[in-house]
Amino acid sequence: MNISYNGQALTLSQPHSLLEVIEAQGAQAPYAVALNGQFVPRSGLAEQQLQEGDSIELLSPIQGG
Amino acid sequence: MQTDKPFTVYGEQFDSRLLIGSALYPSPEVMQQSLLASRAQIVTVSLRRQNSVSAGDDFWQLIKDTGLRVLPNTAGCHSVKEVVTLAQMCREVFATDWIKLELIGDEYNLQPDPIALLEATEILIKQGFKVLPYCTDDLVVCQRLADLGCEVLMPWGAPIGTGKGLLNPYNLQTIRERLPDHTLIVDAGLGLPSHAVQALELGYDAVLLNSAIAGAGCPVTMASAFHHAVVAGRAAYVAQAMPEKEVAAPSTPTMGMPFWHQN
Repeated sequence: MNISYNGQALTLSQPHSLLEVIEAQGAQAPYAVALNGQFVPRSGLAEQQLQEGDSIELLSPIQGG
Repeated sequence: MQTDKPFTVYGEQFDSRLLIGSALYPSPEVMQQSLLASRAQIVTVSLRRQNSVSAGDDFWQLIKDTGLRVLPNTAGCHSVKEVVTLAQMCREVFATDWIKLELIGDEYNLQPDPIALLEATEILIKQGFKVLPYCTDDLVVCQRLADLGCEVLMPWGAPIGTGKGLLNPYNLQTIRERLPDHTLIVDAGLGLPSHAVQALELGYDAVLLNSAIAGAGCPVTMASAFHHAVVAGRAAYVAQAMPEKEVAAPSTPTMGMPFWHQN
């Protein structure tokens, strides 16, 4: 299964939940996640199963003006 | 002695009328020192991909150490969908309903898109957000944002990062007069403490800026200068300026002039 993780192509050998992929990528808290442009609350990460072509965005605090 | 009205943001009261950005500083240490020197109580932050160089827990820890109230922004968004998603992500990460709503309509001068801004504001307010919209100095746009439930409005002084000051004081003054009970903050375009003084003298409740401090030769000193500017500007507004006159009027009494001025 081919997905996109923060703009990078990623190939998964088997189905995974959103949380599994995020943890496997070494995500460091604090962060928030969007799947295909839709916000996924933290409480929903484990139950969200990924599909071919999904796009994950994992965002963290940064300087802002 | 005139009494002043407190500066409030969605019911929360603040002593400082300066809101400050956390971007573009030469180092994290200078950022932290500048935030403290500004005596601001509200700092703007944002969200980016975690694999970007400057993202992460270190920055967030520095901000938390300052104890300032955070105001997340949606900088870089160009559509209603982007802005709503980013606002929802900000709410989870920063644990606040506040959102500085930035929705850019033009890449050249980063002018806010007034039509999309209204649409996004309506959606976000229905979702429980307390929206602080960064908007143009258009009276009708500001009125529509107020109608949607924005208690705070943030018209621009000039395009982001230009440092040009208040390009259209007449527009800003008109917004102030037509929305007397709303919290109004001039956001973006300020370059000098005198620009902040002018905004406060017009009756604006506060100013929000970043580049003017971060881009100064000595950001910490400039942060302190802006602190004094907002204090001076607000005091001048509360004191009520003298009326302008078209002809000279002597300030020294003319009664009792010495003999060499008498016929």
